[in-house]
Amino acid sequence: MNFAAIETATEWCSVALWRDGEILSLERRAGNRQGEFVLPMLETLFRRANLGMADLDAIAFGAGPGAFTGLRIACGVAQGLAFSRNLPVIGVSTLEATAEESGAARVVVALDARMHEVYYSAYEKRDGGWLAALPETCVAPEMAEIPPGAGWIGCGNGFSVYADRLGPRLAGRLERIAPELRPSASAVARLAAPRLAAGEGLDAALATPHYIRDKIALTSSEQGKGK
Amino acid sequence: MLILGVESSCDETGLALYDSDAGLLAHALHSQVAMHQEYGGVVPELASRDHIRRVIPLAREVLAQAGRELNALDAVAFTEGPGLAGALLVGAAFAKSLAFALGVPAVGIHHLEGHLLSPLLSKRPPAFPFVALLVSGGHTQLMRVTGVGNYELLGETQDDAAGEAFDKTAKLLGLDYPGGPAVSKLAESGRPGRFKLPRPMIGSNDLEFSFSGLKTAVMLLARSQPGDAATHADIARAFQDAVVDVLVAKCMSALQRTSLERLVVAGGVGANRQLRAGLDAAAARQGFEVFYPELELCTDNGAMIAFAAALRWKGGLPKPDTTFSVRPRWELSLAG
Repeated sequence: MNFAAIETATEWCSVALWRDGEILSLERRAGNRQGEFVLPMLETLFRRANLGMADLDAIAFGAGPGAFTGLRIACGVAQGLAFSRNLPVIGVSTLEATAEESGAARVVVALDARMHEVYYSAYEKRDGGWLAALPETCVAPEMAEIPPGAGWIGCGNGFSVYADRLGPRLAGRLERIAPELRPSASAVARLAAPRLAAGEGLDAALATPHYIRDKIALTSSEQGKGK
Repeated sequence: MLILGVESSCDETGLALYDSDAGLLAHALHSQVAMHQEYGGVVPELASRDHIRRVIPLAREVLAQAGRELNALDAVAFTEGPGLAGALLVGAAFAKSLAFALGVPAVGIHHLEGHLLSPLLSKRPPAFPFVALLVSGGHTQLMRVTGVGNYELLGETQDDAAGEAFDKTAKLLGLDYPGGPAVSKLAESGRPGRFKLPRPMIGSNDLEFSFSGLKTAVMLLARSQPGDAATHADIARAFQDAVVDVLVAKCMSALQRTSLERLVVAGGVGANRQLRAGLDAAAARQGFEVFYPELELCTDNGAMIAFAAALRWKGGLPKPDTTFSVRPRWELSLAG
């Protein structure tokens, strides 16, 4: 099985190719200019792997949560690529991909969600896969749910941006923190591979970002109540 | 040359297939009006979220309608700007990636170029050169168009677009968003002449517009009058008369100043019946010709984007370029 993976939920642009179990990947800091890099980077990987679109069996993408525009770039690119040849698409949690990137077994993930909140979850490695120990949420750091037991690794930039609020909140639970860890396309690819093999890929039209933060505007009647 | 057009600059997702030999093969549109209505206006983030759900189903719809396969495409055209950044980016990401996967070029088109060339898709297309009035919820501009890619700005609104003034007047009269069409409908039952509103900048001796003062005049008038239905209809009529008078006067002035003989009207407000009647009458008196897009192509749509790309790249498509970005603010005269 061969497939491409794209992860653009943070200020990084990350692209990977899965070639029968082997991963080739590229990433770079992109700010909010992922559109300028994502396809040229994929083109480079195709050249290195000596593969083309016709060799792909699926497309995987980091579905979020993360920067809204970044999520839509990953999803839109996945849709466009997959639609060309009716390939199945799979969206993978950006938080789970961050946990996967850590190499640890018990991981709390906190990614900066701006507006004084983090995208937050915790995962435990079980039987080679990840089990969500806490549900994915968007939450103020001081309100984050505390994971059970100890020996957790805190991953993601939430641990540096909100160090003063998350640190005390999770005191005694964390073994160490790794704020520099970020979601990558190769982690997305590793998570996507068994799911694609199990036939969990969807039609391209059904690929959708996972925003979590869904209340983004007030209706006219809600605005009226606020006055 | 077979081109798939993708439009996602605001609150309408439009896809279309245009063939340079056979003409417009199919177009499909999803309007988000109902979704934004609850919020009293377009919420950009919600618009972006909706576009990404609509693009593929609409693309499938036009391919099926036209009976063509994706691998027959020679290019994918998308609206590169101006518009809502997040919304534009959905169309750009999809179009660029699809084109990359198919090994064909993706070309970015200026939204207003799409609009102003759209009358050329009608059964009675205008010849170049002409004056174009682009009038919608986001734009009010007069352009001198001497050919594809040759656009010179003659004048534009200094504040609100004409369509925006319609929507704001609707709000003042208690009509639901987007109230522009509702104001026009209400105006049809209103009595002309009961109220007189100012014609902003009608005597300004240039081709600039201003509509924000008119909105204020409507507000003051509505406050000073009883709120019965007949009065509201008369206010709507007075408002529409004022807008139409200004637009007609500026269009005639633009034709005289440029010594051109043809006027092309495009954009959502171009569907307004009273405006069309006013322009037709004035043009007939002065010996000009007026051209409009087909009614269904007055709103945003993918057909105009595919068509503009076909005209622009008539002599041969550019090499594929896989980088993409959008231009939320982009002056048409710089797109040539």
